[in-house]
Amino acid sequence: MKIVNIKVPGKLSWKEQDLRVSFLRQLEAVPNSEKIKSCIQCGTCTGSCPVSYAMDISPREVIALFRAGDMESLLHSKTIWVCASCYACQTRCPALIKVTDIIYALKRLAMEKNIYPPNFPVYSLSQSFVKIMNSYGRLHEARLLVFYFVKTNPFKLFSFMPLGLRMAKKKRIAYMPSKIKDIKNFQKIIKKAEQFDMPRTVGEVQYLKGAVGYGAVDKKTELESKK
Amino acid sequence: MMDYSYFPGCSLESAHSSYNDSVKKVFKHLDSNLHELEDWNCCGATAYMSVKEIVGFAISARNLAIAEKQKWDLIAPCSSCYTILAKTHRYMKELPELKERVNECLKEGGLSYNLKVKVRHPLDVLINDIGLEKIKEKTKVRLDGLKIANYYGCQIVRPEKGFDDREEPMTMDNLFSAVGATNVYYPMKVKCCGGMLMTTYEDVALKLSKEIIECAVNNGANCIVTTCPLCQMNLEAYQDEINKAYSTNYNMPILFFTQVLGLAFGFSDSELGIDKNLTAGIKINGALIHQ
Repeated sequence: MKIVNIKVPGKLSWKEQDLRVSFLRQLEAVPNSEKIKSCIQCGTCTGSCPVSYAMDISPREVIALFRAGDMESLLHSKTIWVCASCYACQTRCPALIKVTDIIYALKRLAMEKNIYPPNFPVYSLSQSFVKIMNSYGRLHEARLLVFYFVKTNPFKLFSFMPLGLRMAKKKRIAYMPSKIKDIKNFQKIIKKAEQFDMPRTVGEVQYLKGAVGYGAVDKKTELESKK
Repeated sequence: MMDYSYFPGCSLESAHSSYNDSVKKVFKHLDSNLHELEDWNCCGATAYMSVKEIVGFAISARNLAIAEKQKWDLIAPCSSCYTILAKTHRYMKELPELKERVNECLKEGGLSYNLKVKVRHPLDVLINDIGLEKIKEKTKVRLDGLKIANYYGCQIVRPEKGFDDREEPMTMDNLFSAVGATNVYYPMKVKCCGGMLMTTYEDVALKLSKEIIECAVNNGANCIVTTCPLCQMNLEAYQDEINKAYSTNYNMPILFFTQVLGLAFGFSDSELGIDKNLTAGIKINGALIHQ
Protein backbone atom coordinates (compact mmCIF):
# COMPACT_ATOMS: atom_id res chain seq x y z
CA MET A 1 0.00 0.00 0.00
CA LYS A 2 1.28 3.44 -0.93
CA ILE A 3 1.82 5.89 1.88
CA VAL A 4 0.09 9.14 1.09
CA ASN A 5 1.11 12.31 2.82
CA ILE A 6 -2.18 13.87 3.73
CA LYS A 7 -2.00 17.58 4.42
CA VAL A 8 -5.04 18.62 6.35
CA PRO A 9 -4.62 21.06 9.19
CA GLY A 10 -5.46 19.69 12.57
CA LYS A 11 -3.99 18.70 15.90
CA LEU A 12 -0.33 17.85 15.37
CA SER A 13 0.44 14.15 15.22
CA TRP A 14 2.62 12.63 17.90
CA LYS A 15 5.44 12.23 15.42
CA GLU A 16 5.21 15.84 14.27
CA GLN A 17 5.24 17.06 17.87
CA ASP A 18 8.32 14.98 18.57
CA LEU A 19 10.10 16.37 15.50
CA ARG A 20 9.14 19.91 16.43
CA VAL A 21 10.46 19.63 19.95
CA SER A 22 13.71 18.09 18.74
CA PHE A 23 14.06 20.80 16.12
CA LEU A 24 13.50 23.60 18.62
CA ARG A 25 16.13 22.00 20.82
CA GLN A 26 18.55 21.93 17.89
CA LEU A 27 17.96 25.65 17.44
CA GLU A 28 19.05 26.33 21.01
CA ALA A 29 22.65 26.67 19.90
CA VAL A 30 21.74 29.30 17.30
CA PRO A 31 21.70 32.89 18.61
CA ASN A 32 18.47 34.79 17.82
CA SER A 33 16.84 31.68 16.40
CA GLU A 34 13.42 33.02 17.41
CA LYS A 35 13.67 35.31 14.35
CA ILE A 36 12.28 32.37 12.39
CA LYS A 37 8.87 33.71 13.47
CA SER A 38 9.38 37.00 11.65
CA CYS A 39 9.74 35.62 8.12
CA ILE A 40 7.80 37.73 5.62
CA GLN A 41 8.06 35.15 2.82
CA CYS A 42 9.79 37.59 0.49
CA GLY A 43 11.88 34.89 -1.18
CA THR A 44 15.20 36.75 -1.03
CA CYS A 45 16.76 33.55 0.36
CA THR A 46 15.58 31.44 -2.58
CA GLY A 47 16.64 34.10 -5.06
CA SER A 48 20.11 34.32 -3.50
CA CYS A 49 20.62 30.57 -3.25
CA PRO A 50 22.98 29.26 -5.95
CA VAL A 51 21.61 25.71 -5.63
CA SER A 52 17.88 26.38 -5.19
CA TYR A 53 17.36 25.17 -8.76
CA ALA A 54 18.36 21.68 -7.58
CA MET A 55 16.12 21.71 -4.50
CA ASP A 56 12.68 20.19 -4.12
CA ILE A 57 11.66 22.65 -1.38
CA SER A 58 13.05 26.16 -1.70
CA PRO A 59 14.65 27.93 1.29
CA ARG A 60 11.60 30.20 1.55
CA GLU A 61 9.36 27.16 1.67
CA VAL A 62 11.55 25.63 4.38
CA ILE A 63 10.57 28.43 6.74
CA ALA A 64 6.94 28.30 5.57
CA LEU A 65 6.66 24.55 6.15
CA PHE A 66 8.16 24.82 9.61
CA ARG A 67 5.62 27.46 10.54
CA ALA A 68 2.79 25.48 8.98
CA GLY A 69 3.66 22.53 11.18
CA ASP A 70 5.01 20.10 8.60
CA MET A 71 8.49 19.14 9.77
CA GLU A 72 8.23 15.72 8.26
CA SER A 73 8.20 16.94 4.64
CA LEU A 74 11.22 19.08 5.44
CA LEU A 75 13.20 16.18 6.83
CA HIS A 76 12.43 14.06 3.78
CA SER A 77 13.47 16.79 1.37
CA LYS A 78 16.54 16.82 -0.87
CA THR A 79 16.96 20.49 0.04
CA ILE A 80 18.67 20.01 3.37
CA TRP A 81 21.37 17.86 1.74
CA VAL A 82 21.92 20.02 -1.34
CA CYS A 83 22.64 23.15 0.68
CA ALA A 84 26.30 24.03 0.09
CA SER A 85 26.36 26.27 3.19
CA CYS A 86 27.53 29.36 1.33
CA TYR A 87 25.46 31.60 3.66
CA ALA A 88 24.12 33.79 0.83
CA CYS A 89 20.54 33.46 2.15
CA GLN A 90 21.53 34.24 5.72
CA THR A 91 23.49 37.30 4.67
CA ARG A 92 20.66 38.85 2.70
CA CYS A 93 17.61 37.95 4.81
CA PRO A 94 15.86 41.25 5.66
CA ALA A 95 14.27 39.62 8.71
CA LEU A 96 17.73 38.52 9.96
CA ILE A 97 16.79 34.83 9.95
CA LYS A 98 19.77 32.48 10.14
CA VAL A 99 18.54 30.35 7.25
CA THR A 100 21.77 28.37 6.79
CA ASP A 101 21.94 27.53 10.48
CA ILE A 102 18.32 26.43 10.34
CA ILE A 103 19.14 24.07 7.47
CA TYR A 104 22.07 22.74 9.52
CA ALA A 105 19.67 22.09 12.36
CA LEU A 106 17.38 20.18 10.00
CA LYS A 107 20.32 18.12 8.74
CA ARG A 108 21.29 17.18 12.27
CA LEU A 109 17.69 16.35 13.10
CA ALA A 110 17.32 14.12 10.02
CA MET A 111 20.46 12.23 11.01
CA GLU A 112 19.34 11.98 14.62
CA LYS A 113 16.01 10.51 13.48
CA ASN A 114 17.65 8.33 10.82
CA ILE A 115 15.69 9.92 8.00
CA TYR A 116 17.85 9.51 4.88
CA PRO A 117 18.35 6.87 2.19
CA PRO A 118 20.90 4.10 2.95
CA ASN A 119 24.49 4.93 1.93
CA PHE A 120 23.30 8.45 1.47
CA PRO A 121 26.24 10.53 0.18
CA VAL A 122 26.17 13.50 2.55
CA TYR A 123 25.58 11.35 5.59
CA SER A 124 28.34 8.90 4.61
CA LEU A 125 30.79 11.72 4.01
CA SER A 126 30.07 13.28 7.38
CA GLN A 127 30.32 9.93 9.14
CA SER A 128 33.65 9.11 7.50
CA PHE A 129 34.86 12.56 8.48
CA VAL A 130 33.83 12.07 12.10
CA LYS A 131 35.48 8.64 12.26
CA ILE A 132 38.86 9.94 11.07
CA MET A 133 38.67 13.02 13.28
CA ASN A 134 37.96 11.03 16.41
CA SER A 135 40.98 8.81 15.96
CA TYR A 136 43.58 11.30 14.72
CA GLY A 137 42.36 14.77 15.70
CA ARG A 138 43.18 15.92 12.20
CA LEU A 139 41.64 15.16 8.87
CA HIS A 140 43.40 12.93 6.38
CA GLU A 141 41.99 13.80 2.97
CA ALA A 142 43.08 10.65 1.11
CA ARG A 143 41.58 8.40 3.77
CA LEU A 144 38.36 10.42 3.83
CA LEU A 145 37.82 9.94 0.10
CA VAL A 146 38.63 6.22 0.23
CA PHE A 147 36.26 5.61 3.18
CA TYR A 148 33.58 7.63 1.50
CA PHE A 149 33.74 5.99 -1.91
CA VAL A 150 33.94 2.51 -0.43
CA LYS A 151 30.74 3.24 1.47
CA THR A 152 28.79 4.87 -1.33
CA ASN A 153 30.14 3.88 -4.72
CA PRO A 154 33.40 1.88 -4.88
CA PHE A 155 33.50 2.22 -8.68
CA LYS A 156 33.84 5.94 -8.33
CA LEU A 157 37.22 5.29 -6.74
CA PHE A 158 38.48 4.12 -10.13
CA SER A 159 37.22 7.17 -11.94
CA PHE A 160 38.98 9.23 -9.28
CA MET A 161 42.33 7.54 -10.02
CA PRO A 162 43.56 9.82 -12.85
CA LEU A 163 43.10 12.92 -10.71
CA GLY A 164 44.67 11.10 -7.76
CA LEU A 165 47.72 10.28 -9.87
CA ARG A 166 48.08 13.86 -11.08
CA MET A 167 47.88 15.07 -7.50
CA ALA A 168 50.42 12.44 -6.40
CA LYS A 169 52.85 13.49 -9.15
CA LYS A 170 52.76 17.03 -7.80
CA LYS A 171 53.37 15.69 -4.28
CA ARG A 172 49.98 16.90 -3.13
CA ILE A 173 48.84 13.73 -1.37
CA ALA A 174 49.84 12.90 2.19
CA TYR A 175 49.95 9.13 2.53
CA MET A 176 50.13 8.98 6.29
CA PRO A 177 47.66 10.79 8.52
CA SER A 178 49.10 13.34 10.91
CA LYS A 179 47.99 12.80 14.47
CA ILE A 180 47.79 15.25 17.33
CA LYS A 181 49.98 14.59 20.37
CA ASP A 182 47.35 15.04 23.03
CA ILE A 183 44.84 12.67 21.44
CA LYS A 184 43.78 11.28 24.84
CA ASN A 185 42.48 14.57 26.17
CA PHE A 186 41.04 15.38 22.76
CA GLN A 187 38.93 12.24 22.89
CA LYS A 188 37.85 13.05 26.43
CA ILE A 189 36.54 16.41 25.21
CA ILE A 190 34.58 14.70 22.43
CA LYS A 191 33.18 12.10 24.80
CA LYS A 192 31.91 14.77 27.16
CA ALA A 193 30.48 16.86 24.30
CA GLU A 194 28.62 13.86 22.92
CA GLN A 195 26.55 13.74 26.09
CA PHE A 196 25.08 17.09 25.12
CA ASP A 197 24.20 15.82 21.68
CA MET A 198 21.98 12.95 22.79
CA PRO A 199 18.68 12.52 20.92
CA ARG A 200 15.70 14.10 22.64
CA THR A 201 12.18 12.78 22.80
CA VAL A 202 8.75 14.27 23.13
CA GLY A 203 7.43 14.55 26.65
CA GLU A 204 10.34 16.67 27.84
CA VAL A 205 8.49 19.74 26.71
CA GLN A 206 4.77 20.08 27.25
CA TYR A 207 3.99 23.36 25.56
CA LEU A 208 3.25 21.82 22.18
CA LYS A 209 0.20 19.99 23.48
CA GLY A 210 -2.80 20.83 21.39
CA ALA A 211 -0.72 22.66 18.74
CA VAL A 212 -2.16 22.61 15.26
CA GLY A 213 -0.62 22.47 11.81
CA TYR A 214 -0.40 20.52 8.59
CA GLY A 215 1.67 17.67 10.04
CA ALA A 216 -1.54 16.45 11.56
CA VAL A 217 -1.90 12.88 10.46
CA ASP A 218 0.48 10.24 11.69
CA LYS A 219 1.46 8.19 8.66
CA LYS A 220 1.67 5.02 10.70
CA THR A 221 -1.75 5.41 12.32
CA GLU A 222 -3.20 6.36 8.97
CA LEU A 223 -1.89 3.09 7.50
CA GLU A 224 -3.27 1.03 10.32
CA SER A 225 -6.69 2.60 10.18
CA LYS A 226 -6.98 1.75 6.49
CA LYS A 227 -6.07 -1.92 7.04
CA MET B 1 57.70 43.22 14.24
CA MET B 2 54.33 41.60 14.80
CA ASP B 3 53.61 38.18 16.27
CA TYR B 4 50.66 35.93 15.50
CA SER B 5 49.49 32.44 16.36
CA TYR B 6 49.11 30.42 13.19
CA PHE B 7 46.52 27.73 12.49
CA PRO B 8 47.44 25.99 9.22
CA GLY B 9 44.60 23.45 9.15
CA CYS B 10 44.49 19.95 7.72
CA SER B 11 44.31 20.75 4.06
CA LEU B 12 47.37 23.01 4.21
CA GLU B 13 49.30 20.05 5.54
CA SER B 14 48.78 17.93 2.45
CA ALA B 15 47.01 18.88 -0.78
CA HIS B 16 47.56 22.59 -0.34
CA SER B 17 51.02 22.78 1.19
CA SER B 18 51.66 25.46 -1.42
CA TYR B 19 49.25 27.77 0.42
CA ASN B 20 51.03 27.03 3.69
CA ASP B 21 54.48 27.72 2.20
CA SER B 22 53.41 30.90 0.47
CA VAL B 23 51.64 32.34 3.54
CA LYS B 24 54.77 31.76 5.60
CA LYS B 25 57.06 33.27 2.96
CA VAL B 26 54.89 36.37 2.54
CA PHE B 27 54.59 37.06 6.26
CA LYS B 28 58.29 36.54 6.85
CA HIS B 29 59.05 38.97 4.03
CA LEU B 30 56.82 41.51 5.78
CA ASP B 31 58.66 41.03 9.11
CA SER B 32 55.80 39.24 10.86
CA ASN B 33 56.24 36.10 12.92
CA LEU B 34 53.80 33.23 12.62
CA HIS B 35 53.92 30.85 15.58
CA GLU B 36 52.23 27.58 14.70
CA LEU B 37 49.51 26.77 17.23
CA GLU B 38 50.77 24.12 19.65
CA ASP B 39 49.23 20.69 18.87
CA TRP B 40 46.25 22.10 16.96
CA ASN B 41 43.41 19.83 15.88
CA CYS B 42 41.05 19.91 12.90
CA CYS B 43 38.53 22.75 13.23
CA GLY B 44 35.69 20.35 12.43
CA ALA B 45 34.71 22.10 9.20
CA THR B 46 31.13 22.10 8.00
CA ALA B 47 30.95 18.31 8.22
CA TYR B 48 31.19 18.15 12.01
CA MET B 49 28.97 21.18 12.63
CA SER B 50 26.22 19.60 10.62
CA VAL B 51 26.34 16.26 12.44
CA LYS B 52 27.00 17.00 16.07
CA GLU B 53 26.87 20.63 16.96
CA ILE B 54 28.23 20.70 20.50
CA VAL B 55 31.07 18.35 19.57
CA GLY B 56 31.78 20.63 16.62
CA PHE B 57 31.96 23.67 18.87
CA ALA B 58 34.01 21.84 21.51
CA ILE B 59 36.78 20.64 19.19
CA SER B 60 36.96 24.00 17.50
CA ALA B 61 37.12 25.73 20.90
CA ARG B 62 40.04 23.51 21.90
CA ASN B 63 42.12 25.41 19.34
CA LEU B 64 40.89 28.75 20.66
CA ALA B 65 41.74 27.68 24.22
CA ILE B 66 45.30 26.84 23.18
CA ALA B 67 45.57 30.12 21.25
CA GLU B 68 44.41 32.00 24.33
CA LYS B 69 47.48 30.70 26.16
CA GLN B 70 49.74 31.95 23.37
CA LYS B 71 48.20 35.46 23.69
CA TRP B 72 48.49 36.56 20.05
CA ASP B 73 45.77 36.96 17.40
CA LEU B 74 45.08 33.68 15.63
CA ILE B 75 45.61 33.61 11.86
CA ALA B 76 43.73 30.95 9.88
CA PRO B 77 44.32 31.03 6.09
CA CYS B 78 41.80 28.31 5.17
CA SER B 79 38.39 29.90 4.69
CA SER B 80 36.59 27.04 6.35
CA CYS B 81 38.87 27.02 9.41
CA TYR B 82 38.58 30.80 9.61
CA THR B 83 34.81 30.85 9.52
CA ILE B 84 34.36 27.91 11.92
CA LEU B 85 36.81 29.29 14.50
CA ALA B 86 35.27 32.75 14.25
CA LYS B 87 31.76 31.32 14.50
CA THR B 88 32.67 29.29 17.57
CA HIS B 89 34.03 32.42 19.24
CA ARG B 90 31.01 34.52 18.25
CA TYR B 91 28.36 31.98 19.26
CA MET B 92 30.06 31.31 22.59
CA LYS B 93 30.03 35.05 23.19
CA GLU B 94 26.37 35.45 22.22
CA LEU B 95 25.09 32.40 24.07
CA PRO B 96 26.47 32.19 27.62
CA GLU B 97 24.80 28.80 27.98
CA LEU B 98 26.76 27.45 25.03
CA LYS B 99 29.96 28.86 26.47
CA GLU B 100 29.26 27.07 29.72
CA ARG B 101 28.59 23.75 27.98
CA VAL B 102 31.64 23.98 25.77
CA ASN B 103 33.86 24.89 28.71
CA GLU B 104 32.51 21.91 30.62
CA CYS B 105 33.73 19.73 27.72
CA LEU B 106 37.10 21.50 27.50
CA LYS B 107 37.62 20.96 31.23
CA GLU B 108 37.85 17.23 30.54
CA GLY B 109 40.97 18.01 28.53
CA GLY B 110 42.35 20.45 31.09
CA LEU B 111 41.50 23.54 29.06
CA SER B 112 39.13 26.50 29.13
CA TYR B 113 38.24 29.31 26.76
CA ASN B 114 37.41 32.81 27.95
CA LEU B 115 36.70 34.62 24.67
CA LYS B 116 40.03 36.43 24.51
CA VAL B 117 41.20 35.32 21.07
CA LYS B 118 40.76 37.34 17.88
CA VAL B 119 40.44 35.07 14.85
CA ARG B 120 41.94 36.75 11.80
CA HIS B 121 42.30 35.98 8.13
CA PRO B 122 45.73 36.67 6.58
CA LEU B 123 44.09 39.02 4.08
CA ASP B 124 42.72 41.09 6.95
CA VAL B 125 46.14 41.19 8.64
CA LEU B 126 47.92 42.16 5.42
CA ILE B 127 45.61 45.09 4.77
CA ASN B 128 44.78 46.31 8.27
CA ASP B 129 47.88 45.50 10.38
CA ILE B 130 50.73 45.56 7.91
CA GLY B 131 49.17 48.01 5.45
CA LEU B 132 49.44 48.64 1.73
CA GLU B 133 52.25 51.18 2.16
CA LYS B 134 54.61 48.60 3.59
CA ILE B 135 53.53 46.05 0.98
CA LYS B 136 54.36 48.53 -1.78
CA GLU B 137 57.71 49.21 -0.16
CA LYS B 138 58.56 45.54 -0.05
CA THR B 139 57.50 44.83 -3.66
CA LYS B 140 60.41 43.77 -5.87
CA VAL B 141 58.63 42.70 -9.07
CA ARG B 142 55.64 44.83 -10.11
CA LEU B 143 52.96 42.59 -11.58
CA ASP B 144 52.26 44.95 -14.49
CA GLY B 145 50.05 43.43 -17.12
CA LEU B 146 48.77 40.57 -14.98
CA LYS B 147 44.97 40.49 -15.12
CA ILE B 148 43.44 38.99 -12.03
CA ALA B 149 39.94 37.76 -11.24
CA ASN B 150 39.69 38.10 -7.46
CA TYR B 151 37.60 35.23 -6.15
CA TYR B 152 36.81 35.60 -2.45
CA GLY B 153 34.39 32.68 -2.14
CA CYS B 154 31.80 32.37 0.59
CA GLN B 155 33.30 31.80 3.91
CA ILE B 156 35.67 34.67 4.57
CA VAL B 157 33.06 37.32 3.84
CA ARG B 158 29.97 35.60 5.23
CA PRO B 159 27.84 35.08 7.28
CA GLU B 160 28.63 38.02 9.61
CA LYS B 161 30.18 41.25 8.46
CA GLY B 162 33.87 40.86 9.17
CA PHE B 163 36.86 42.70 7.78
CA ASP B 164 35.31 43.26 4.36
CA ASP B 165 31.99 43.84 2.62
CA ARG B 166 29.80 40.79 2.22
CA GLU B 167 28.59 41.50 -1.31
CA GLU B 168 31.41 43.55 -2.83
CA PRO B 169 34.63 42.85 -0.93
CA MET B 170 37.63 44.91 -2.03
CA THR B 171 40.59 43.93 0.16
CA MET B 172 42.13 41.55 -2.37
CA ASP B 173 41.49 44.00 -5.25
CA ASN B 174 43.27 46.77 -3.33
CA LEU B 175 46.12 44.45 -2.45
CA PHE B 176 46.82 43.52 -6.06
CA SER B 177 46.45 46.99 -7.51
CA ALA B 178 49.04 48.06 -4.93
CA VAL B 179 51.54 45.64 -6.47
CA GLY B 180 50.74 46.68 -10.04
CA ALA B 181 48.29 44.04 -11.24
CA THR B 182 44.99 44.80 -12.97
CA ASN B 183 41.74 43.55 -11.43
CA VAL B 184 39.19 42.54 -14.04
CA TYR B 185 35.47 43.13 -13.64
CA TYR B 186 34.39 40.04 -11.74
CA PRO B 187 30.82 39.88 -10.47
CA MET B 188 31.27 36.25 -9.35
CA LYS B 189 33.68 37.22 -6.57
CA VAL B 190 31.52 35.97 -3.69
CA LYS B 191 29.53 33.26 -5.46
CA CYS B 192 29.70 29.70 -4.17
CA CYS B 193 31.91 27.12 -5.96
CA GLY B 194 29.84 24.23 -4.65
CA GLY B 195 32.17 23.30 -1.81
CA MET B 196 31.75 19.77 -0.55
CA LEU B 197 28.97 19.14 -3.08
CA MET B 198 31.75 18.15 -5.49
CA THR B 199 31.87 14.79 -3.73
CA THR B 200 28.13 14.42 -3.06
CA TYR B 201 26.19 16.18 -5.85
CA GLU B 202 28.87 16.52 -8.48
CA ASP B 203 26.61 17.88 -11.25
CA VAL B 204 25.52 20.81 -9.08
CA ALA B 205 29.07 21.68 -8.03
CA LEU B 206 30.38 21.41 -11.60
CA LYS B 207 27.76 23.91 -12.76
CA LEU B 208 28.65 26.41 -10.03
CA SER B 209 32.40 26.06 -10.61
CA LYS B 210 31.96 26.37 -14.35
CA GLU B 211 30.15 29.69 -13.97
CA ILE B 212 33.00 31.05 -11.86
CA ILE B 213 35.65 30.11 -14.44
CA GLU B 214 33.48 31.19 -17.37
CA CYS B 215 33.02 34.68 -15.94
CA ALA B 216 36.79 35.09 -15.44
CA VAL B 217 37.48 33.94 -19.00
CA ASN B 218 34.86 36.26 -20.46
CA ASN B 219 36.34 39.22 -18.64
CA GLY B 220 39.84 38.52 -19.90
CA ALA B 221 41.50 37.37 -16.67
CA ASN B 222 44.89 35.58 -16.83
CA CYS B 223 44.21 33.79 -13.58
CA ILE B 224 41.73 33.37 -10.76
CA VAL B 225 43.08 34.18 -7.33
CA THR B 226 41.47 32.61 -4.30
CA THR B 227 41.78 32.41 -0.53
CA CYS B 228 40.19 29.01 0.01
CA PRO B 229 41.73 25.54 -0.41
CA LEU B 230 38.40 23.93 -1.26
CA CYS B 231 37.62 26.53 -3.92
CA GLN B 232 41.12 26.08 -5.33
CA MET B 233 40.59 22.32 -5.47
CA ASN B 234 37.16 22.52 -7.10
CA LEU B 235 38.17 25.11 -9.68
CA GLU B 236 41.52 23.58 -10.53
CA ALA B 237 41.37 19.82 -10.15
CA TYR B 238 37.89 19.57 -11.65
CA GLN B 239 38.56 21.80 -14.66
CA ASP B 240 38.93 18.72 -16.85
CA GLU B 241 35.57 17.43 -15.64
CA ILE B 242 34.00 20.80 -16.34
CA ASN B 243 35.48 20.80 -19.84
CA LYS B 244 34.05 17.33 -20.41
CA ALA B 245 30.61 18.14 -19.05
CA TYR B 246 30.20 21.47 -20.84
CA SER B 247 32.37 20.92 -23.95
CA THR B 248 34.56 23.86 -22.98
CA ASN B 249 38.28 24.25 -23.24
CA TYR B 250 39.31 26.06 -20.07
CA ASN B 251 42.87 26.05 -18.84
CA MET B 252 42.64 28.77 -16.23
CA PRO B 253 45.39 28.98 -13.57
CA ILE B 254 43.93 29.01 -10.07
CA LEU B 255 46.33 30.53 -7.54
CA PHE B 256 46.28 31.40 -3.87
CA PHE B 257 46.49 35.11 -3.21
CA THR B 258 49.67 34.60 -1.21
CA GLN B 259 51.28 32.87 -4.20
CA VAL B 260 50.67 35.88 -6.43
CA LEU B 261 51.77 38.29 -3.71
CA GLY B 262 54.89 36.15 -3.25
CA LEU B 263 55.74 36.60 -6.92
CA ALA B 264 55.58 40.36 -6.40
CA PHE B 265 57.96 39.95 -3.46
CA GLY B 266 60.43 38.21 -5.75
CA PHE B 267 60.04 34.60 -4.66
CA SER B 268 60.37 31.89 -7.28
CA ASP B 269 57.51 29.68 -8.44
CA SER B 270 58.90 26.62 -6.67
CA GLU B 271 59.35 28.52 -3.39
CA LEU B 272 55.67 29.43 -3.57
CA GLY B 273 54.52 25.98 -4.68
CA ILE B 274 53.18 27.29 -7.98
CA ASP B 275 54.88 24.35 -9.69
CA LYS B 276 52.49 22.09 -7.76
CA ASN B 277 49.48 23.52 -9.58
CA LEU B 278 47.75 21.34 -12.14
CA THR B 279 46.71 24.00 -14.65
CA ALA B 280 48.66 26.30 -16.95
CA GLY B 281 51.19 28.85 -15.75
CA ILE B 282 50.81 32.64 -15.81
CA LYS B 283 52.84 35.33 -17.56
CA ILE B 284 54.37 38.17 -15.61
CA ASN B 285 56.26 40.90 -17.46
CA GLY B 286 56.29 38.62 -20.47
CA ALA B 287 57.94 35.73 -18.65
CA LEU B 288 56.00 32.52 -18.16
CA ILE B 289 55.87 31.42 -14.55
CA HIS B 290 56.00 27.63 -14.28
CA GLN B 291 55.65 25.13 -17.15
